[in-house]
Amino acid sequence: MSIEVKNIQKQFGEFTALDNVSLSFPTGELVALLGPSGCGKTTLLRIIAGLENPDGGVVHFHGEDATHVHVRQRQVGFVFQHYALFRHMTVFDNVAFGLSVRPRGKRPDKKEIAERVHDLLKLVQLDWLADRYPDQLSGGQRQRIALARALAVEPKVLLLDEPFGALDAKVRKDLRRWLRRLHDELHITSIFVTHDQEEAMEVADRIVVLNKGKIEQIGTPDEVYNNPATPFVYDFIGQVNLFHSRVNEGWAHIGEIKLPAPEHPQVRDHAAVAYVRPHDIELQALPGEGFISAVIDNISTAGAVLRIELRHALADDVIHVELPRSQERLLNLHPGSQVYARPTNSKIFLQNR
Amino acid sequence: MVGTVSSLGRRATRINHAVSEPFWVQFILITIALVFLALFLVMPLVAVFKEAFSKGIEVYFASLSEPDAWHAVKLTLLAAAISVPLNVIFGVSAAWAITKFRFHGKHALITLIDLPFAVSPVVAGLIYVLLFGAQGWFGPWLADHDLKIIFAVPGIVLATIFVTFPFVARELIPLMEEQGTSYEEASLTLGAGGWQTFWRVTVPSIKWGLLYGIILCNARAMGEFGAVSVVSGHIRGQTNTLPLHIEILYNEYQFAASFAAASILAGLALVTLVVKSFLEWQHTRDRERAARAALQEI
Repeated sequence: MSIEVKNIQKQFGEFTALDNVSLSFPTGELVALLGPSGCGKTTLLRIIAGLENPDGGVVHFHGEDATHVHVRQRQVGFVFQHYALFRHMTVFDNVAFGLSVRPRGKRPDKKEIAERVHDLLKLVQLDWLADRYPDQLSGGQRQRIALARALAVEPKVLLLDEPFGALDAKVRKDLRRWLRRLHDELHITSIFVTHDQEEAMEVADRIVVLNKGKIEQIGTPDEVYNNPATPFVYDFIGQVNLFHSRVNEGWAHIGEIKLPAPEHPQVRDHAAVAYVRPHDIELQALPGEGFISAVIDNISTAGAVLRIELRHALADDVIHVELPRSQERLLNLHPGSQVYARPTNSKIFLQNR
Repeated sequence: MVGTVSSLGRRATRINHAVSEPFWVQFILITIALVFLALFLVMPLVAVFKEAFSKGIEVYFASLSEPDAWHAVKLTLLAAAISVPLNVIFGVSAAWAITKFRFHGKHALITLIDLPFAVSPVVAGLIYVLLFGAQGWFGPWLADHDLKIIFAVPGIVLATIFVTFPFVARELIPLMEEQGTSYEEASLTLGAGGWQTFWRVTVPSIKWGLLYGIILCNARAMGEFGAVSVVSGHIRGQTNTLPLHIEILYNEYQFAASFAAASILAGLALVTLVVKSFLEWQHTRDRERAARAALQEI
């Protein structure tokens, strides 16, 4: 089922949580709402679920106005950050809850409910835990049970609020791959909220980047990472180096060197910021055209890539560089040694006066 | 390898020393606690029963089977039986409103709930005399309609409700605040109605706090003296509750009878405590059994 929100406005006292947000979520996609805390992503999710009322704007489910439909009738599956499993019920009763509270006419009989619950527990690979209580489970197991419980009512939409936020790093990684596979199996329209850009990149079909109650960019993980629409997105997704520069007729000048700025051909002498990813910088031992003279300040070899911090004459900030480990042998990389750096890819954003 | 193990072991013992007091401090603390308990809790309880039986078991039962004593017990139980359920309903709805909704005047409501704790019970009793007494605001109207509140059972029930007002709500508010609203929200998204959510999600999760609140409320309802004393009028066989009965007997130098009645009151308190412990024991046993069953399955 497709979801559409139009001109959503939400205010908490003086604080604007959502400012005129319009978005559509196509059927069967897994979409991530990504942003820093306080950007309005959870509020948007709760408005879609019907747990919060917007001050203005409408929510459409499959083309029909659902703004004033009660949570009960919306048929959304909601997974909470801290699971919200009913502690006094066994895993089985938790998953069966949505079916057992149905009005008598629509309620499946006991045998049917038991079958459905066991099918769902098998789907989340935890059918051997049916008789346990939630506090006897690990965090990852609880989250999977919470998902099974949400799926039991056959929701048309699945909404997940920071589903992996309370888990440790290893479980998180396993669980998000598992969620991706599950989604590929079920193809249920899903929206999940996260502040972790890596998580959004790995799991989502599309990413909506939010900041201060407004949408910064909508796109596939690839588009958002490689072609950030705004400086905020550039900054928020992945590490980035900033260079203050002046743009003149398609070129950004940073001290001695210049970077191409083909998107601003008409601009004359305008302040701008150049954004360069750490892995879009090459190093060499000898000076060359367009290379910045720099000294290695720090070097970290713990991890899949070499992380290097460079001091240079253009600014006080260090330049962060990431190189493949194979470069370790080719260059003389020690703190204090002289190198020459050149951005191979950059994006220039003009600064507002 | 051996070196690592031993150094880890040494560190573990050092941490133990760091967080625990020396032996003599522990000894003194435990002794103080035990002496305090014995002096202020156990000894008075023993004294009550010793005095009650001081003139022999016949006198004990005779003083209890007296109609006035029997009536006092029934009146006390009646007052508790009316005021406790009313305060449970009020306490749960107040705690629910305060913790699950945002509204203006929330703090004023919390302060109001605490009022009976702050006001002396005697003042509480006098308020009712002022309102419903013969010279009170509603006195003439009540007299015209032949209704009696002060110096009658309704007055006693009203005074009891007033003094036990905060117990259930006060017990539940912090508990429900800590639990937040996500359980109820989860229930609603799963299609449950408000009433279903209340009975199947909220009540079970506040069960133990609620039970504790009821027990405290009940204990106070049965033991209340000050407020009830003002509105009751001390009419034997009619408006004397058990605490008032005890006082009258004591003032008439009938010590054995007075302590016999006191032992009933203490006995009622002990029964509520036993009930509570039993329920708690059953609760943990169920949990453990489920855990064991789960472990066997693996």
